[in-house]
Amino acid sequence: MSLKFELLGLIRDRASHGYEVKTRYDELLDPTRLVQAPQVYSTLKRLERDGLVRVAQVDQESGPERRTFEITGEGERELDEWLWGPVEPEPRLHTVLYTKVVLALLAGRSVEQMLDVQREAHLGRMRELTGLRQSGDTARAVLAEYALFHLEADLRWLEFTAARVDDIQVELNRHVNSARRLS
Amino acid sequence: MTSMEASPAFVRADESCPGKRGLLRASDVTKSFGPTVALHGGELCVSAGEIVAVMGPSGSGKSTLLHCLAGVLLPDQGLVEYDGQRLDAMSDAERSRLRRTDFGFVYQFGQLVPELTAVENTALPLLLERRRRREAVAVAQAWLETFGLAGLEKRRPGELSGGEAQRVAVARALVTDPRVIFADEPTGSLDSAAGVAVLDEFTGAVRSRGVAVVLVTHDARVAAYAERTVLVRDGMVTSPDTARTVRAS
Ligand SMILES: Nc1ncnc2c1ncn2[C@@H]1O[C@H](COP(=O)(O)OP(=O)(O)O)[C@@H](O)[C@H]1O
Ligand SMILES: [Mg+2]
Repeated sequence: MSLKFELLGLIRDRASHGYEVKTRYDELLDPTRLVQAPQVYSTLKRLERDGLVRVAQVDQESGPERRTFEITGEGERELDEWLWGPVEPEPRLHTVLYTKVVLALLAGRSVEQMLDVQREAHLGRMRELTGLRQSGDTARAVLAEYALFHLEADLRWLEFTAARVDDIQVELNRHVNSARRLS
Repeated sequence: MTSMEASPAFVRADESCPGKRGLLRASDVTKSFGPTVALHGGELCVSAGEIVAVMGPSGSGKSTLLHCLAGVLLPDQGLVEYDGQRLDAMSDAERSRLRRTDFGFVYQFGQLVPELTAVENTALPLLLERRRRREAVAVAQAWLETFGLAGLEKRRPGELSGGEAQRVAVARALVTDPRVIFADEPTGSLDSAAGVAVLDEFTGAVRSRGVAVVLVTHDARVAAYAERTVLVRDGMVTSPDTARTVRAS
């Protein structure tokens, strides 16, 4: 994931040095702490190279110098374009799950059982997220909800598909048979 | 389709409570309505203080299983034991007494008495147990406060929002200090935000008191509040092996 707009947004709010950007990123945007510091520093370097942030101040009391970054006019322009424009709606085509359904059917195996195993894995994750949502602050709860809604949508798709497995099988047989006739 | 072949991924649901003496246990329960087999060889074991979700498509037999577990229906075959006692060996009077003292119920629709106020509805199970009115009302009052309903005690169900009415129903299920609550689609008639709030409060209350819950739902977000989930499909109960692993860890 690119951190470009996240870091631009944080730096526009407050000119900061790298460590501060990383700390605020963790606190405000990533409670699960998945992003490592080097990723933040390399993104900052790229933003500087592209003229989206610039060094506003260099401090060196003891140890290495600390460079404070501020956003440039170009950085603000790009940030606003992203911030106020729509995010590309994710198609979420379930390619992995759908592929497994088709391959299971071709192998003549029970799709229902496969879907049941997947449902249990999803439910397990949803249990964890429900716990996280109940124990955390609102910001964290809202993030957990995001994942919960998406997992729920996956599960609905699984039910929808489970109810149509026989029809898919018939269509697949037709494909397989017509392919045989052609060859 | 070859879905009937035995799969190692699945176990009978009662085996998913290994080594624990269930508070409530259904073994090989079968129930028909005329020609319709609503439940076939249903197995479920619920430990004290455990929340178990029962999921499955509409018409798969979830409510039938719940009613058999609660002694509302007697199975045609198989048996249900609560706290070591067979429900079918009890008289009707003993079973209804048990339902009033040890069980609580939350249903989706129309469970509040329209003529009674919120506090009277909540106190009803205590009044049926011939507890003193003043005492019953005080206990009911406290539960209504727990669920954020202070100030609404005098309202009748028609004057409550869907979420408020549902919380009254939940308060009523808890008012007798039951050991098991049977909840059938408890948030089925609510929008999601209200449903989440009710469930947070409900599961918080039962966990802090060690009340077991059988939670029937078709909604995965609701099932995610439970420690484990069993599936009912075409009257058969299954429980993924993975659920056992999750719980044992
Ligand atoms: N009292 C009843 N009389 C006749 N049929 C019933 C009765 N209760 C349930 N059934 C039938 O039994 C099956 C299972 O019903 P139910 O347990 O209510 O399913 P679920 O709660 O999963 O939707 C359905 O086919 C339903 O029509
Ligand atoms: Mg039902």
